[in-house]
Amino acid sequence: MQLQDLTESLHKHPFLSNMDDELLKTLTSCASNVVLPEGARLFGEGEDAKTFYLIRSGRVALEIQAGERGQIRIQTVGPGEVLGWSWLISPYRWHFDAYAVEQVHAFAIDATCLRTKCETDHHFGYEMLRRFSEVLERRLEATRLQLLDVYGSAATGGENY
Amino acid sequence: MIETTLENKTEIKSSMVPALATIRRAIWETDDTFTLLIDPPADGNAFAFKPGQFNMVYAFGVGESAISISSDPAKPNMLAHTIHRVGTVTSTLSKLKRGDMIGLRGPFGAGWPVEEAVGKDVCITAGGIGLAPLRPVIYSLVRQREKFGRIIILYGARSPLDLLYRVELEQWSKLPNTEVIVTVDRGDSSWKGHIGVVTNLFSYIKMDSRSTLVMVCGPEVMMKYTVEELQRRGLSQEQIYISMERNMKCGIGLCGHCQFGPKFICKDGPVFRLPEVHHLLDKKEI
Ligand SMILES: Cc1cc2nc3c(=O)[nH]c(=O)nc-3n(C[C@H](O)[C@H](O)[C@H](O)COP(=O)(O)OP(=O)(O)OC[C@H]3O[C@@H](n4cnc5c(N)ncnc54)[C@H](O)[C@@H]3O)c2cc1C
Ligand code: FES
Repeated sequence: MQLQDLTESLHKHPFLSNMDDELLKTLTSCASNVVLPEGARLFGEGEDAKTFYLIRSGRVALEIQAGERGQIRIQTVGPGEVLGWSWLISPYRWHFDAYAVEQVHAFAIDATCLRTKCETDHHFGYEMLRRFSEVLERRLEATRLQLLDVYGSAATGGENY
Repeated sequence: MIETTLENKTEIKSSMVPALATIRRAIWETDDTFTLLIDPPADGNAFAFKPGQFNMVYAFGVGESAISISSDPAKPNMLAHTIHRVGTVTSTLSKLKRGDMIGLRGPFGAGWPVEEAVGKDVCITAGGIGLAPLRPVIYSLVRQREKFGRIIILYGARSPLDLLYRVELEQWSKLPNTEVIVTVDRGDSSWKGHIGVVTNLFSYIKMDSRSTLVMVCGPEVMMKYTVEELQRRGLSQEQIYISMERNMKCGIGLCGHCQFGPKFICKDGPVFRLPEVHHLLDKKEI
């Protein structure tokens, strides 16, 4: 894909909607297009967070190893969503394992490249942080709701309806 | 409260006396939720109801519970109630089998705004057993499919094993211009669908914020977050209907048990347009 085409298709991703052209160009220089087959492992818990993804189609599952309870699938990330923010926060390591549940088309963003751009261009850095903060806030809210176990029985602390 | 005049005394009396109905079949939907298929009371009249209405279901010698009707309004000769077993009455109901009798009072309450949805896109958002009161409205929309724009059904449950009406969800998803998206709060690697709360699903649909009518039913906290998400996406409170649940006794606006200010959940609801009840979301019973 030409750089111009890549910028245009990146623009269509909801995470980057209404992003200033110049800033988008900066991001494009760290981005590439990837297709991941069903079952592909994107990253693993404890590994360096070198890449994050903007999902275009397909679904990725996040899993954690929960001791005796085995591997637990805690969330899926789908089209229009962002996968991964550990690249943004030191020590830049993933907290989950990520697998493609079905074939995934995504933009892969090189995290080292992006961190350098954020450091050198603070305007760009602020814009990325602002957008990521929104995603984080929504995820936190969703996680709280998930933890409430609202569909559980009264006995398990959930509501009965 | 209803003003008790001579004219409405007979009506009140008949609304307070349960009519006998016979269980035709009990179907276990999940580990703790079952559907009772019921032959309606044999009083000669078909048991006509509107989507969203409920009955007071009486387990003899035990007590009564408000339970929404989950069957097709176009088939009033066979009623269904889908029931989550949580306590005394619902546990007794869960043990019923073919030929057993229950008492029914109803149908009560205001239903979903099917007429208002004509010509619009409709988004049905359900959480847990909240899909049961919405199933009659889905039947009605599907039956008159050409009268509505897009139909979007978003459904969240606790786990894949807690999903209700799986076969029907599959069938509805194949209808033209109809999307069904399901998510669960917990899953394992055998589950290939979405995992996460139902509000996440709004990211996967493009909703026309001007022409969509939304009907929401589920635990109150889920409805609260859903409403916030919808408003974030540009929908006004007027476009959103929710079904409220409060402990009930009489079911007809007499006892005041379900009263909130000027509103009786049993009589003015349980389905309300959001602005009427927004302030009650998450408010504890008083
Ligand atoms: C309009 C309306 C429609 C409803 N539709 C359905 C339906 O389709 N299917 C279904 O399974 N349930 C439905 N419910 C909820 C149902 O009425 C209660 O779950 C039922 O009355 C519980 O009775 P029980 O004797 O089994 O539980 P109890 O022994 O009375 O209580 C068990 C637990 O449930 C709580 N509880 C009891 N009643 C209610 C209530 N009305 N609202 C909230 N919490 C309650 C108690 O606080 C306790 O924690 C509806 C409620 C309303 C008001
Ligand atoms: S007034 Fe009695 S239940 Fe509503």
